[in-house]
Amino acid sequence: MNILWLQSAGCGGCTMSLLCAETPNVFDLLGSAGLSFLWHPALSEQSGGDVRALLGGVESGDIPLDILCVEGSILTGPKGTGRFQMLSGTGRSMMDWVQSLAPRAAHVVAVGTCATYGGVTSAGSNPAGAIGVQYDGNSPGGALPAAFRARSGLPVINVAGCPTHPDWVTETLMLLAAGRLAESDLDQLARPLFYAENLVHHACPKNEFYEYKASAEKLSQMGCMMEHLGCVGTQASGDCNIRGWNGGGSCTKAGYPCINCTAPEFEEPQHPFTQTPKFAGIPVGLPSDMPKAWFMALASLSKAATPKRVAENAVADRVEVAPSLKSGKS
Amino acid sequence: MNARKLIVGPFNRVEGDLEIKLDVEDGRVAAAYANAPLFRGFEQMMVGKAPEDALTITPRICGICSISQSAAASAALGAAAGVAPAPEGMRVAAILHAIENVCDHLTHFNLFFCADFARPAYAGRAWHARAVDRFTAMEGSGARACVEARAQILHIVGLLGGKWPHTLAIQPGGVTRAPTARDCVRMASTLASFRRYLETVVFGAPVESFAEIATADALVGWDKGDAGLFMDIAADLALGQMGAGPGRYMSFGAYPLPDGRAFASGLWEAGHLQPVDTRDIREDLSHAWMHGATAHPSDGRTDPDEDMSDPAYSWCKAPRLGGRTVETGAFARQVVDGHPAAVELAGRGSNALNRVAGRLLEVARTQLLLEQWVADIAPEARFMDSVTLPQTGDGEGLVEAARGALGHWIRIEDGRIAGYQIIAPTTWNFSPRDAAGTPGPVEAALEGAVVGDDEDTPLTVQHIVRSFDPCMVCTVH
Repeated sequence: MNILWLQSAGCGGCTMSLLCAETPNVFDLLGSAGLSFLWHPALSEQSGGDVRALLGGVESGDIPLDILCVEGSILTGPKGTGRFQMLSGTGRSMMDWVQSLAPRAAHVVAVGTCATYGGVTSAGSNPAGAIGVQYDGNSPGGALPAAFRARSGLPVINVAGCPTHPDWVTETLMLLAAGRLAESDLDQLARPLFYAENLVHHACPKNEFYEYKASAEKLSQMGCMMEHLGCVGTQASGDCNIRGWNGGGSCTKAGYPCINCTAPEFEEPQHPFTQTPKFAGIPVGLPSDMPKAWFMALASLSKAATPKRVAENAVADRVEVAPSLKSGKS
Repeated sequence: MNARKLIVGPFNRVEGDLEIKLDVEDGRVAAAYANAPLFRGFEQMMVGKAPEDALTITPRICGICSISQSAAASAALGAAAGVAPAPEGMRVAAILHAIENVCDHLTHFNLFFCADFARPAYAGRAWHARAVDRFTAMEGSGARACVEARAQILHIVGLLGGKWPHTLAIQPGGVTRAPTARDCVRMASTLASFRRYLETVVFGAPVESFAEIATADALVGWDKGDAGLFMDIAADLALGQMGAGPGRYMSFGAYPLPDGRAFASGLWEAGHLQPVDTRDIREDLSHAWMHGATAHPSDGRTDPDEDMSDPAYSWCKAPRLGGRTVETGAFARQVVDGHPAAVELAGRGSNALNRVAGRLLEVARTQLLLEQWVADIAPEARFMDSVTLPQTGDGEGLVEAARGALGHWIRIEDGRIAGYQIIAPTTWNFSPRDAAGTPGPVEAALEGAVVGDDEDTPLTVQHIVRSFDPCMVCTVH
């Protein structure tokens, strides 16, 4: 399958992350699955006139297109013209190009949370009118209408993440190449379930602290970051702590909170990212699927049962108290 | 006279969106206009937010300079609070930042810049077969080796910073994760592996022998590894005779450590080095699609002209230092830091080759710094101090991204961000004309470039533009 990759209004970080794919490297990984880039703005040789000819060929249907990947949000401003991002050399907005090329593609893949839902490019007052390819934040319907289906019949596949994990992108593309990604393999926000059916909380190294609600009070401390430091890993879709990033890291492993970057509107949490909003001293926002009363009951019980080791380590920047050893048989 | 106009775009293998308009006369560029055709409005987004949110949002300006943005935001907040990070935190932040910069240099060299030499247009050149083997886009053996080495050294960022890009590990008080002795030996082994890559692939010799090259001739005459192949090609294509910038090199100084910056700050012109006084910075809006007056970034604003009126032709503002253009980047950094080969090259004149050579020198020198810093980490120390951000105040954060000088200027009022201005390296290098009509550095560098009669996307123009390693997403932000 061939891939046309467009970088609309984003930071390019999902491509940079993609280049971190390992075992094998990104080129061999995609190549081995029969995937090749028709054109990629950061990687391909062709520039300028060659690219304009290629885009024209895809638009006219002369060049068949299997997968259109869009990285970055779609800018509608100013005044609905899309001119805050002109595709250079073409005199046309990126919004216009994406709307024109998407129906030509067998599959459309939105790469990253900007492309899926608007993402950080739509933060604050959303100065440039950023929206996603098929969503505007939580609302279906973006640069393409909610009813849009690519030639394959699938909606836009939303590989959300800020940035995306390289494997989320390569595995989505490889599943498409293998004919093994159906609409039922996507969640209700059109994210591939193979990573979105996990929570960032799963395999988080702070799980024991979470069990006892033994909380870090400041960044750099080892405790759970849910109570004070804005962590929403218990509500965030992603296998970050199962899969690991860049050789095994993750946000929570590095001591800063999960900000739910795979979700629509994560860019506007309505509170500072590293502070947990509270009501009457109790954090708002509970773990997914958890009844509030049970959570409160369990939390108060487990807090009372917190071992000294866990309580002390929670507010330290390294393990101060190691687990005690069971004494052997005498 | 034979005159024509060209619009070069989509201009790929630069980070982000770039369009270059050329007036060509008698086979040479008579005037060039650099347009940054993407506006997102990060400076407007920041207003009203909690100051610490800058640490989450500004790295997302750019996926290739993400840690640089993070470090600049952290430095600006620290300046507003009037505190420095914990000393060991500074060292870890320097490691994170240096790895990003080295990765960016190698990405540029292998994936962005040298891919052009594999073009069929150069078939028949003595070096072409080797260039095809090493540098062909996405296929070359050098491109593959680069992405593998890059992915592996980024394990250090995974370990210390959780992930790359967009880590939140760097904070005004230090870093969020205290490395252990185990982490240190693991990082040392990752660096040893990276050294093998540099020595077998990039330099074909010990890292020290490249870092310590003492003369310009020894540098441009380097004949080993992919660096040697590049020097061969550069000589044949006369990259040393094209793409002259202003010849004024600015660096804010890279990697702040308790005992100073690892690479010095300064402004170099014609052999004379002086301190950079950031009070002399002004952003000129005369040819940017922006409303407002020329201002210092601490007082600047971002108010886009939605009608995109003439004579403006770019979303990029035009920063000037003391009213003049300056060039920034790895070569500038090495000149300002006084590397003898870089200084000698700068004395011979500005050109495209120097910019690439500067990056290669810096890759070698940074490997040595990284090895030292990792060896020096004291795991028993504190890596983060407590910092209270002020309710009212302002701060300037100055760092060196891979592409050069990056500054953040924050103003805090009533505990919220009241003003946030950013000047990125490529804002300097790819700025449009100013009120006096003076072209930005790349616009000036393109004047005189040779354009073949049958070319609509001239190769010399591509080489010159890419020699700056522009990051267009940072440029306008």
